[in-house]
Amino acid sequence: MSTQLRTYLDPATLPFPFCPGCGHGTILERLDQALARLDVDPAKLVLVSDIGCSGLSDAYFATHAFHGLHGRSVTYATGLKLANPDLQVVVLMGDGGCGIGGHHLINAARRNIGVTVVVFNNLNYGMTGGEHSVSTPPAAVTSTTPLGQLERPMDIAGTVAVNGASFVARTSTFDTTLTDVLVRALENDGFSLVDVWELCTAYFAPANKLSRKAMAETMTTLGFRSGILVDEPRPEYAKAYRAQHAGILGEPALLARGLEVRHEATLDRRLSWLFAGAAGKRIGSAAGALARGAVLSGLWATQRNDYPVTVRTGYSLSEIILSPDPVLFTGVATPDVVLDLSAEGHARVAARIAGLPRGARVYRSPDVPETETEADVITLDFAGTGWARKKESWALMAAARALRDTDAYPVEALREAVGAGGAATEALAAVDAGHALAEVG
Amino acid sequence: MRELIDGAEAIARAALHAGCTFFSGYPITPATPILLHLIRELPKVGGTAIQSEDEIASMGFCIGAAMAGARVMTATSGPGLSLYSESVGLAIMGEVPMVIVDAQRMGPATGGATTVAQGDIQFLRWGTSGGYPVIVLAPADVAECYALTRRAFDLAERFRVPVFVATDKETVLGKATVDAASWDEVPVRQRPTAPAGGSFLPYRADPPDGVPLMSPLGGVHLVRFTTSTHDERGRLTRSPVEVDRLNRRLAAKVEDHADEIAMVRADLQSDADTLVVSYGITALAAREAIASARETGLAVSGLTVQSLWPVPEGELRAAMRGVDRVLVPELNLGQYRLEVERLAPDGVQVVGIHRVDGELITPDQIFDAIGAHESPEVA
Ligand code: SF4
Repeated sequence: MSTQLRTYLDPATLPFPFCPGCGHGTILERLDQALARLDVDPAKLVLVSDIGCSGLSDAYFATHAFHGLHGRSVTYATGLKLANPDLQVVVLMGDGGCGIGGHHLINAARRNIGVTVVVFNNLNYGMTGGEHSVSTPPAAVTSTTPLGQLERPMDIAGTVAVNGASFVARTSTFDTTLTDVLVRALENDGFSLVDVWELCTAYFAPANKLSRKAMAETMTTLGFRSGILVDEPRPEYAKAYRAQHAGILGEPALLARGLEVRHEATLDRRLSWLFAGAAGKRIGSAAGALARGAVLSGLWATQRNDYPVTVRTGYSLSEIILSPDPVLFTGVATPDVVLDLSAEGHARVAARIAGLPRGARVYRSPDVPETETEADVITLDFAGTGWARKKESWALMAAARALRDTDAYPVEALREAVGAGGAATEALAAVDAGHALAEVG
Repeated sequence: MRELIDGAEAIARAALHAGCTFFSGYPITPATPILLHLIRELPKVGGTAIQSEDEIASMGFCIGAAMAGARVMTATSGPGLSLYSESVGLAIMGEVPMVIVDAQRMGPATGGATTVAQGDIQFLRWGTSGGYPVIVLAPADVAECYALTRRAFDLAERFRVPVFVATDKETVLGKATVDAASWDEVPVRQRPTAPAGGSFLPYRADPPDGVPLMSPLGGVHLVRFTTSTHDERGRLTRSPVEVDRLNRRLAAKVEDHADEIAMVRADLQSDADTLVVSYGITALAAREAIASARETGLAVSGLTVQSLWPVPEGELRAAMRGVDRVLVPELNLGQYRLEVERLAPDGVQVVGIHRVDGELITPDQIFDAIGAHESPEVA
């Protein structure tokens, strides 16, 4: 053993506040030794403590300290590391924290985020009065298992090991190599966890006659191996994230948008549209193109979509308002134009179609049910075109046809609006075909 | 230059313009598009955006990152907001500058994932233990999604509190035409940071603002951050004097600056008998209804509240002066109405207009309510 060059403990705060014989002090001393051996820069070291007796620990160190909510310490450590990958982040948590925050442990291990978790595993909750924890062994007596624990304990080290942690060890405060194990954990660039079994001298040890020997026997009985279980370095997440994204630095596409008004609209009043169709039939994108074309023509447009939580089945509705003036309320009570394109959408809007006044227009595909209405009904002849089977283009075609009749803005603007997308060629053809679309009969 | 964008894009752009460098979220309708935008765009400016394992982790990542010096945002909806609750308390206690977007959907519980609502208004204010204040801004439309998200970042930095942007499914997912040409001309507010030299106490807060200067964990000063009741050094304390000082300061740093935080859109008429108080998406219907009522010759006032919490009490009181009745349309069963009632002068009737069927309150509904009052039979 080399002599310690420095300490990270704050002498003004010592001694530790733990019960006589409690393992916490031993773990903290070994951690201090390990940090000193690695000569970690205290200005780059953050101790993140969880809740419980071990949660008091950070206050005894002259380093950066983060004391957060129960079980969530690993999430703060992850955030710290992601924001500043140069930090050495050490999490101090009990077996209680591993229970309530087990989900974060698993995911931190999967991610291989570069933090070191030291588990103060004394097999019960000390601070709150000796209740059982996820690591309490079978038959153990605690204040909440007075007749003995019936649950099987969680294998904390094994859990992170099978989920991708790159360094995992299970040991105890009686292990003379604890400092060496902690050094190796701190040296690992990725996610490390050291599960340190220890005595809670106030509760668990006296209630269960737990000694050094009994502790070793418990591990054996449970089939929990001790020592270094995993030491397989792999890319640390915060660094891997930066490396993965290094090639895309630049101006976000989101900030480089904008539609230049290049067409002139003739619309002199508000014109509202209701697209009614089926999911997967490009209802929203056709409606969006109609709205974008309006903006390209100097109009103000809004779009409101409605669909069930499922994605590829059911109805899809889209309400569009085109107006020469800014639009406030975006709801459409009585649309001027309805595109009634499939049975799914029709079922949702049949009542609204029935209530339409004279002057409103309904463009229907021949395969939706007919509805009694005072509105003008135009049945579109998709069958008479080459587009009979391309139902996902019908919404755009119907929009182009209705645009021709309403003369809201030039069809060239709609062509420009669809021209930007990847499926532009087909969409442009659909606009042209729709513009020329005939009526049935 | 006009654009057709939805609220999610406006919020994401505001974050980018505000210098946001860290985002974490968990997929949830209708907030997911904000996550998707920032997953794609934040790394381009050297930032980090990460999908977390759950909403508790979203908050944990953001709080950790903020304390390491990042400018952070997260976005969720009702069920996720419920899981944020404990961490909101941590952000209040630890004094973490952060922006939280709540794209409201219908509750309770899973409720209606794709259904608009304004049901989180009191929950946002009182959603964590202790009852200490937060700031809540409510954009009415897509353009305000941008403007108020920008403002939220400024207020978060200024007061070191979580600032909520309370929007809704329709505003986040609905597209509107905006004129975004001048959006990025708003200057970015820098984080008030402790100078490098001299002594530093992480929770020392001097008058008049009572907001401690920040220094990042891993920076030039040693920093203690804590969820527990603490003294100026960030050490646990039970000294009644210290405890009292901290708790009063956490409240006062927001409440004493209510006037600075207050944002309303007042459209008042001196001879109006009716005032419509609205916020969020419902304000659009209110404004249309007021315009229609005025066209019929009625005098009606309107007040759109953009900063819901702290309640802009002065602005509300002033708007209610001289009216007989206040209408409060909300997509809930009367949450902000409680605040209006609390401030209404004696004799002023406060009437809620509510909708919880998943549909928007229409301009006609509000127009009819205004008219019902103004007609001679009722008077
Ligand atoms: S209660 Fe147990 S864990 Fe807590 S300090 Fe005492 S011995 Fe240690």
